[in-house]
Amino acid sequence: MESAISPNMQHGRKSGFRRFLHKLNEQKYLQAMAIPGVIWMIIFNYIPMYGIIIAFKEYDITLGFNKSPWVGLANFKEFFSDERFWLIIKNTVGISFFKLLVGFPLPILFAVLLNELVSVRFKRAVQTISYLPHFISWVVLGGILMNWLSETGLINIILTKIDILKQPIAFLAEPKYFWGIAVVSEVWKELGWNAIIYLAAIAGIDPELYEAATVDGAGRFTKMFKITIPCISGTIAIMFILAVSGLMNSNFDQIFVLRNPLNADASDVIDIYVYRMGIEAFRFSYATAIGLFKSIIALILLLTANGVTKKLTDKSLF
Amino acid sequence: MKIKSSFGDKVFDVFNITLMLIICFLTLYPVWYIIVYSFNEGKDAMLGGIYFWPRKFTLDNYKTVFSNSDITTAFMVTVARTVITTTLHVFFTAMVAYAFLRKELMGRKIYMAMGTITLFFGGGLIPYFLLIKSLGLYNTFWVYVIPGMFNFYNLIIFQAFFRELPIELEESAKIDGANDFVIFTRIILPLSTPVLATIALFVGVYNWNDYFMGVIFINNPKLQPIQTFLYKVIAQVTSNQMLAYAPGGIATRNVTSQSLKMATMVITTMPIVCVYPFLQKYFVKGLLIGAIKG
Repeated sequence: MESAISPNMQHGRKSGFRRFLHKLNEQKYLQAMAIPGVIWMIIFNYIPMYGIIIAFKEYDITLGFNKSPWVGLANFKEFFSDERFWLIIKNTVGISFFKLLVGFPLPILFAVLLNELVSVRFKRAVQTISYLPHFISWVVLGGILMNWLSETGLINIILTKIDILKQPIAFLAEPKYFWGIAVVSEVWKELGWNAIIYLAAIAGIDPELYEAATVDGAGRFTKMFKITIPCISGTIAIMFILAVSGLMNSNFDQIFVLRNPLNADASDVIDIYVYRMGIEAFRFSYATAIGLFKSIIALILLLTANGVTKKLTDKSLF
Repeated sequence: MKIKSSFGDKVFDVFNITLMLIICFLTLYPVWYIIVYSFNEGKDAMLGGIYFWPRKFTLDNYKTVFSNSDITTAFMVTVARTVITTTLHVFFTAMVAYAFLRKELMGRKIYMAMGTITLFFGGGLIPYFLLIKSLGLYNTFWVYVIPGMFNFYNLIIFQAFFRELPIELEESAKIDGANDFVIFTRIILPLSTPVLATIALFVGVYNWNDYFMGVIFINNPKLQPIQTFLYKVIAQVTSNQMLAYAPGGIATRNVTSQSLKMATMVITTMPIVCVYPFLQKYFVKGLLIGAIKG
């Protein structure tokens, strides 16, 4: 029996393989366009993912990812008992939380109010101006902030002139002001940019809804709250999921520019600590473990936010 | 159907317009301030009191900055990096996006799944740093280019756009004997200017404004981008190194490290600020596609 089946199978396999080769030859140009992208992803996305294993090893640069000795969860244990652990968690979540609290509703409000402007030209001008800060780098913005917030800077001049302050304050040298500076500067930079998505959503609302409401005698505020905001609630939900899942990210580029040894107690967030431990102190395995801890929390946050939003609004990412 | 606006509506309009004017002022003023400061004599600016207009107008800050070879080199590195990486990124990512979109592509599902995973998981800073070092990209110009050539999120935006293109065009080209690469470069790309402009703007802005790659991957001052140079000048309190480059007469007269920083900031920011209003209509569209599909 065996001998009766096997030639058949072999034949089937062979022709399958031949068909595969034929098809591959037919789409050789297409594959030649696709495969470089796959190779790029393997090198720049998947090898670093594989490199995460060094979080469980004691990485030795001469031995590489594979041959470095395993240490189990030692790096994680060390992080959890690190004297700065709670401070770093507090700073990371705290800065992000206040950015979310202030920075999430304001672009929605801004978009709704912008939509209420009667003059199209003025509206467009405000929009163009409000995008501007998005295109300014954090380095330049950090430079402006350091200048303005210094003891002889503009903010101190104004505050002492109107008698709010008696003595000028070096704002960036004191931890207690750092969160506020981070939140305000981020909102300033991204308000207009973050409103684009809501403006686009508002532009997609059927104008007949507004006309019908006008006929029914609805005023402007009624229309704003009963039509505009409900119609963009789907977009709001999606943006909220994304914002919550980013709670462990506190914008590295920004904080890296604004931090200094004097405000470290308020500016050491997870990403900064990974940099300090890894790039500055060469503790590659320890820093990788901290980064992995962050990724896991971020993933849990993403799934939770997605689930909760799905239950509440029927809208979700996946 | 014009309905007479009520008193309440008028009050609201006035309030709203005023609020928008305040927002515009708060947005523009910091930028205006660095421009004004950069055109003022440095020592005079240190006395304070400059808010809206230069008190002692001068071009010395700019003359000093442009005579500093470190800054001009860094500026050229940034220009080269932005132009080369953006061009390659747009072409390469669009090409892969198009290939991944074609139904007959064998392995399509696996390729797309591999990409989707990269949206949610990554290795993080340290494994990436070690990879760049072991690839030999550390301290070379190519560290800006090769790792910056591709991005799966942008691929999704490209695909959302390509899906809307009429498929008949591809089919008729194929009958005429064109291969997939020719179809992509001769038919797909020319029809895709809006999305190409959007992605080019995103990638261009990122490359222009990024300072971090220069901080961690570049040691050679001749290869650092201008944002990294500016970061080092700003972050290090002792930034008088810039003054050392000032041409003899100017330095002693009125240039300060602060006024030089301001001029450098203006030079760093201007190119990108000049470009974006022209691309505005594209990126609004592009962001929308990204939001729906992403």
